[in-house]
Amino acid sequence: MEATVNTALRTEGLSKHFGELAAVNGVSLSLARGARHALIGPNGAGKTTLINLLTGVLEPTAGEMYLGDERITPLPQHRRVKRGITRTYQINTLFPNLTVLESVTLAILERKGFAARWMKAVSSHREELEEARALLATLKLDGDADKRTAQLPYGHQRLVEIALALATRPSILLLDEPAAGIPARESVEVLGVIAALPADVTILFIEHDMGLVFRFAERITVLVGGRLLTEGTPDEIAHDPEVKAVYLGKESRA
Amino acid sequence: MKPGSRAVEIVFWLLPLAAFFLLPGYLVLGSQILIVSLFAMSLDLLLGYAGIVSLGHAAFFGLGAYTAGLLAAHGWGEPLTGLVAAAASAAIFGFVVSFLVVRGEDLARLMVTLGVGLLMFEAANRAAFITGGVDGLSGVTMWKLFGVFPFDLSGRTAFLYAYAVLLAAFLLLRRVVNSPFGLSLRGVRENRRRMAAIGSPVNRRLVAIFTLGAGVAGIAGALLAQTTQFVGLDTLGFERSADLLIMLVLGGTGRLYGAVVGTLVFMVAQDYLSGINPVYWQFWLGMLLVLFVFFARGGILGAAEALWKRR
Amino acid sequence: MGQAIGVLFDGIAYGSLLFLVSLGLSVTMGLMNFVNLAHGAFAMAGGFTCVLAMTRLGIPFLATLPLAFIVTAAIGAVLERFLYRRLYNAGELDQVLFSIGLTFMSIATATYFFGSSQQPMHLPDFLRGQFHFLGGDFGVYRAFLIETVIVLTAVLGFLLTHTRFGSQVRASVDDATAARGLGIDVDRVFSVAFALGSGLAGLGGGLGIEVLGLDSTFPLKYMVYFLLVVVVGGVGTIKGPIAAALLLGVLDVAGKYYVPQVGAFVIYAAMIVLLMLFPAGLFGKRR
Repeated sequence: MEATVNTALRTEGLSKHFGELAAVNGVSLSLARGARHALIGPNGAGKTTLINLLTGVLEPTAGEMYLGDERITPLPQHRRVKRGITRTYQINTLFPNLTVLESVTLAILERKGFAARWMKAVSSHREELEEARALLATLKLDGDADKRTAQLPYGHQRLVEIALALATRPSILLLDEPAAGIPARESVEVLGVIAALPADVTILFIEHDMGLVFRFAERITVLVGGRLLTEGTPDEIAHDPEVKAVYLGKESRA
Repeated sequence: MKPGSRAVEIVFWLLPLAAFFLLPGYLVLGSQILIVSLFAMSLDLLLGYAGIVSLGHAAFFGLGAYTAGLLAAHGWGEPLTGLVAAAASAAIFGFVVSFLVVRGEDLARLMVTLGVGLLMFEAANRAAFITGGVDGLSGVTMWKLFGVFPFDLSGRTAFLYAYAVLLAAFLLLRRVVNSPFGLSLRGVRENRRRMAAIGSPVNRRLVAIFTLGAGVAGIAGALLAQTTQFVGLDTLGFERSADLLIMLVLGGTGRLYGAVVGTLVFMVAQDYLSGINPVYWQFWLGMLLVLFVFFARGGILGAAEALWKRR
Repeated sequence: MGQAIGVLFDGIAYGSLLFLVSLGLSVTMGLMNFVNLAHGAFAMAGGFTCVLAMTRLGIPFLATLPLAFIVTAAIGAVLERFLYRRLYNAGELDQVLFSIGLTFMSIATATYFFGSSQQPMHLPDFLRGQFHFLGGDFGVYRAFLIETVIVLTAVLGFLLTHTRFGSQVRASVDDATAARGLGIDVDRVFSVAFALGSGLAGLGGGLGIEVLGLDSTFPLKYMVYFLLVVVVGGVGTIKGPIAAALLLGVLDVAGKYYVPQVGAFVIYAAMIVLLMLFPAGLFGKRR
């Protein structure tokens, strides 16, 4: 795979083995800058594992990852976040006893490098608190700002999940089933917020809801059994007989 | 901060001073309570804020105690520099140990803290030629505080000294826990995975708080050595680590004040009941813990908060 | 050289005893993910059962051993059913506090009924003294210990690999959720395993009176050793605690013999080093 000026993130022959099982097998994927790129595939295809590899949560057993020209394969997760690669989790991974405002403010403070400060109170960091409130407002969470995360209904928690990712101002955002558990009407809104992010933010999202995929994706990659089956525009994928056989055939029942 | 609670805080911190004047016979116990409160606060940093369960925190307490004690026993009895030396030695040791602690998963981490505590105890036991071993370290003679106030049998200087150090430490620690650093620690406690996902160097933060907690524990230990003019092996023992954990949890973790409340209640109860019958004390303490786990997880302050919310 | 063999032998005997008691803890922690600091209390209960049976009921020592197993297993079963079971999903801190509380209660109870001094122990004659083997003198009792533990381990190993219950245990340790999905009554597996593990601890406690001593502070004194064996060996396995117990048994005895000034220091330092090198234990799985 050649790296072009427009490639934000790419992998070369990326593999992850768990013993005998190859969860991800020789995947060479390229994300264009500003892409709205969907990753689809049946359950167990290795999609979440791929995101774990891209974010540094798991170490690959083979292959390389590049952020622009920089080889990021050895970097731990928090360093990749600093370089703009952020993810959300399929299952809400939040701070149960922190308030929503505290959670988002914390992410902002980390981004700005203020989180190691121990002499000033959080409450005196007005700029960061303002930014947090503004972010919550775009996701219609401002009413929940002072509630403990654990007290929120599931759908709102899902939005906090996304808010935390957005607070890091990612240049590459990897979303693991962002709409999971949110009612259909709201999930369109949520993905709308994400699609409305600045055009130079690269977005890769895993989704099972084909309606959302075809609505928001400009490019689709299909992963099956850890291997990259095919890649193309939504139109191409919708008409690809291989994909239909493996995946869409099952999904159209959903 | 709610307007009423500032008043409550001020009253709270005036109470020890009131005790100083009204209960002169209890100054020794009072000093102990103040000192152990500080010790409990240091554990709260680890447990209540960073979520690290430690069964060996007494290692730092004891190290601080022996440092200050040995300094005084060998001729340098100036109290404040003794505190600094104790804080430094405990913090350095804490820094080293922290790398072992942050690496492990829950269980291995617990065992490491336990192991470190036991190791320190054994080391102090074996090095009896330095520490006095089972007999303890005596000959800890303190110079006058600021050259003016002697550490005498009345315990008055000791009490006010301990009080001042506790208050100063509390104000500092409160700053720390309300800061972005404090918030990030709570984030680590709540969800370590997510902290990494928002770009936080989790291990670095844990090393920092563990070192701070060790240093403060060392200060508390030094206070004990200086005010009682004696250091025993029990300052390092598992019983001390376990009792501390109980006191903190009893009062309520993650609030700093819980450390003080829990210590106060525990030590007063222990002073009274253990004197009557130590076996009964141990039994009822054990039962209290069992019941606590099932019914009263938030500790005293947690229960108070819940009641307050319900009115 | 003869000395070294003697030290090795004593170390193996000590290690076998540690293993027997710790096996139950390994299963409990592996199955239920429960940090049980009170495990030593079960060993103590077994020990005191033997003492009571010998002194009050005049039962010969060897016959008290199965009694210790049964009594302790019963206590374990009751405690599991009414208390432990409710805390399987509780956090680490809760489990630590709960088991410390149980430990305190057990120590206080033991002190109340038996006082705090060492319990007297009278071995039957045929277990006393030493025997001669290949030019060395070895303690008869320690040899008996080793033999007993080997037999028990073989029996347990067989149980684990050749019975249905054994495979249910192994499945539940591996993945409790999946095991439930397969229709295994995981709760029952837990209860039986816990009772079995407690019984073994009690048996170990009885067998250990001669070697480890028995007083009311036994649980606290030896708690760290049992935990150590399990955590270093690898939670939820049998091989792990065997290796760890033998290693630590020999290290401890050798340490105390050759460098007595350093004593228990060696074991704690070894534990920390081993945990650093093998965070999941020597034979543990990375979860």
